[in-house]
Amino acid sequence: MLAAVAAASYNGDPVFAKGITLGVWIIELVKLVAVFAIIMVGVLFMVMYERKAVAYLGNRWGPNRAGPKGWLQSLADGLKLFFKEALVPEGADRWVYRAAPVIAMVPVMVSFSVIPIGDTVTVAGYTTRLQLADPPWGILVMLMASSISVYGVMLAGWASGSKYPLIGAVRASAQMISYEAALGLTVATVVVLTGSLHTSAIVAAQHGGVLYHWNVFRAYGLPAAIFFVAITAEMTRPPFDLVEAEEELAGGYNMEYSSIGFALFYLAEYAALVTNSAFFVTLFLGGPDGPYWHTIGPLWFVIKVLAVLYVYVWIRATLPRLRYDQLMDLGWKKLIPASLAMLLIVAAGHISWRWGLAALSGSLFAFILLSRAIEVGRTQVEEGAQAELESP
Amino acid sequence: MTADLVELLKAKTSEGAQEMLARNEETVRQLRHEAGGVLRLPEGVTLDYGDVDYERPDDETMILNLGPSHPSTHGVLRVMVEIRGEQVLRTKPVIGYLHTGMEKTGEELMYHQGSTNVTRMDYLSPFFNELAYSLSVEKVAGMDLPERAGWIRMLMCELNRIASHLLWLATNGADLGAINMLVYGWRDREVLLSFFEKVTGLRMNHNYIRPGGVAADLPDGWRDDVNAICDVVLRRMDEYDNLLTGQPVLQNRMDGVGPLDAATAVGLGLTGPLLRSTGVTYDVRRDFPYLLYDQVDFDVIVGTGGDCWDRFAIRVNEIRESVRIVRQVAKMMPKGDYRTQDKKFTPPPRNRIDESMEALIHHFKLFTEGFRVPPGDAYVPVESPRGELGCYIVSDGTSRPYRVHVRAPSFANLQGLAPMARGGFIPDVIACISSIDPVLGDVDR
Repeated sequence: MLAAVAAASYNGDPVFAKGITLGVWIIELVKLVAVFAIIMVGVLFMVMYERKAVAYLGNRWGPNRAGPKGWLQSLADGLKLFFKEALVPEGADRWVYRAAPVIAMVPVMVSFSVIPIGDTVTVAGYTTRLQLADPPWGILVMLMASSISVYGVMLAGWASGSKYPLIGAVRASAQMISYEAALGLTVATVVVLTGSLHTSAIVAAQHGGVLYHWNVFRAYGLPAAIFFVAITAEMTRPPFDLVEAEEELAGGYNMEYSSIGFALFYLAEYAALVTNSAFFVTLFLGGPDGPYWHTIGPLWFVIKVLAVLYVYVWIRATLPRLRYDQLMDLGWKKLIPASLAMLLIVAAGHISWRWGLAALSGSLFAFILLSRAIEVGRTQVEEGAQAELESP
Repeated sequence: MTADLVELLKAKTSEGAQEMLARNEETVRQLRHEAGGVLRLPEGVTLDYGDVDYERPDDETMILNLGPSHPSTHGVLRVMVEIRGEQVLRTKPVIGYLHTGMEKTGEELMYHQGSTNVTRMDYLSPFFNELAYSLSVEKVAGMDLPERAGWIRMLMCELNRIASHLLWLATNGADLGAINMLVYGWRDREVLLSFFEKVTGLRMNHNYIRPGGVAADLPDGWRDDVNAICDVVLRRMDEYDNLLTGQPVLQNRMDGVGPLDAATAVGLGLTGPLLRSTGVTYDVRRDFPYLLYDQVDFDVIVGTGGDCWDRFAIRVNEIRESVRIVRQVAKMMPKGDYRTQDKKFTPPPRNRIDESMEALIHHFKLFTEGFRVPPGDAYVPVESPRGELGCYIVSDGTSRPYRVHVRAPSFANLQGLAPMARGGFIPDVIACISSIDPVLGDVDR
């Protein structure tokens, strides 16, 4: 309750309190460059982090030639890509083909701007938050960005004018839209808990106490898991990487891309990975909050993001890919009902424990009904198929 | 005149168009052919195409070309797939991209040179090619095989089966998206390959099993190596049970995918794990024992569902069975000659050449003219990791075979792809190709 009251009187970045002066301009410019740099360095690091970690999990060394212990490999790869010839296939829709990588890249960059990396700092009399923007619609920027980046993937596949990317694009649009519902519902759960859309308020509400203030515990765990699975599917990371599906579609939507176009897709994919891990930390793991030493918030933030990123790498190294219909089953039949039920339970529990209990029992009842409905539907389909087989 | 002749020859030798057309452009006969499974008919019965039911919808379908260069077609297999959305309506494997004419080459090589040629066909199980060839030559020539040679051959073949199945586990994992399984499988196969290198001098294409025995005796300390390999393989198999078998995502990807029934499998001539997955208990090692397989104790692993999951389980368990056989062989290995001492087939030992003129002449004649084999023919099948691998040899009495034909399991098994993949999704086609485990060197020869 206290958090909700605090959030109601919450305003954006305190740096704007005295009006927009030259100092404010400079501060915002510095933060802008810093966020861009963080994403770029994060992507370069992440590519290597993943390759190294997957290699060690798979009994290999991984890249170890370029730079100290191979850590400059991704930089070298990026530079190489930018000097390659940019081909546009014969059957491609030229403008859409060129625009698609940018459409995939920009929203991811934009969404990083609302992530609070730390608390406020005071520089030359100006007190400002360690985040580029703190708009009142805060966390919705993330949903917006993930919705728009679907277009990048979809248009790329469609505009390439070849079959594999087309199948990839069809898969992409269906997959990303399906998982957006579960994603939105879990974000709504957090917003209910916090009472504000400000990302800084979401983080502030999780401060204090030791760990149990974090939303992952306050929302009873399940929404965090659903959010994690949903953003994995949203980013088309393994095991949900049907869009690229190296072994089936041989690269999928970005198959026809070369040079900068391909580099931008690669960049967008890993930037999305870093950004969404940061969102996971912000929404559920308390952002820059740590058990001790609250002044080093950014460090705690980085540690948590690295831990979340490792989980992604681990999953990639271990799990096989799901099939398209299994993916849809998971999204529509499991994640969306579960996230809806958790939203109700958390919201009701926020009022009083009696309401929470009522919502829980209601959800359980609905769960039984739903599984019965799915069961009946499946048997009917099977019986139909059987009848079709037996009919002369 | 010549133009007519060319046209005639073209028509006579044509293998038909390899392209698959979209549903609304395809001939009715072709569609019925795809839907009816002509190859399932018993011998002597011809198919009335009017009987076969087929579906010809009006909406558009897409022809997708998987391969010949595709990450998961195991080499240069090309599969044309007709899809509606994600659903696969028809598939058509197109082969021949790795055709090297090895069977024809075999006619130009002398009998003792032949095994160096056939070993390159199925490059993942080279010992089996050599074995099938050598057994056939021995049968035509009427050679007798020393007992120890038979045991050595069994040892190497069963180790090779483990290596081949481990590589299959690796590629199957990779095809389904478990990328690190690829590395694990190759890693474990490496253990076996270094043992092969120790014994034969080469990691692959060994030319070790030759008509009349094997090229060299086992090196000192081979028993310790073999025991160590068995231990490592069994320990790793438990790890893979953790990683793959108990993995619900993987199980969902394979369970019920690519089903085959026993009649189809037998009708198409499928053998090996593919046939056994449908419940047919056919294993050449047990049904037509060659070498000394009747003296060792092993189980023939059989499935029930005929789907990819059964094939996975069969291969995983066959590795364990092979370990069992290898341990028995290591225990029962007798002392004695490793190749026949018949002077007609085996050159004299090196130190005899220094002492005896006759030995030198004999050696020279054997390696320039080769040994003559009486006219006749023979076909000896062996159970390779992929199924029944047989070699048919016709001899015309000279030192070169008149005809060498290899009954390649991959070639026959590949026919199972079309009935397996029908009605599935694109990822299922990949899983099916993977579960057939074709080696394109074996398919095209």
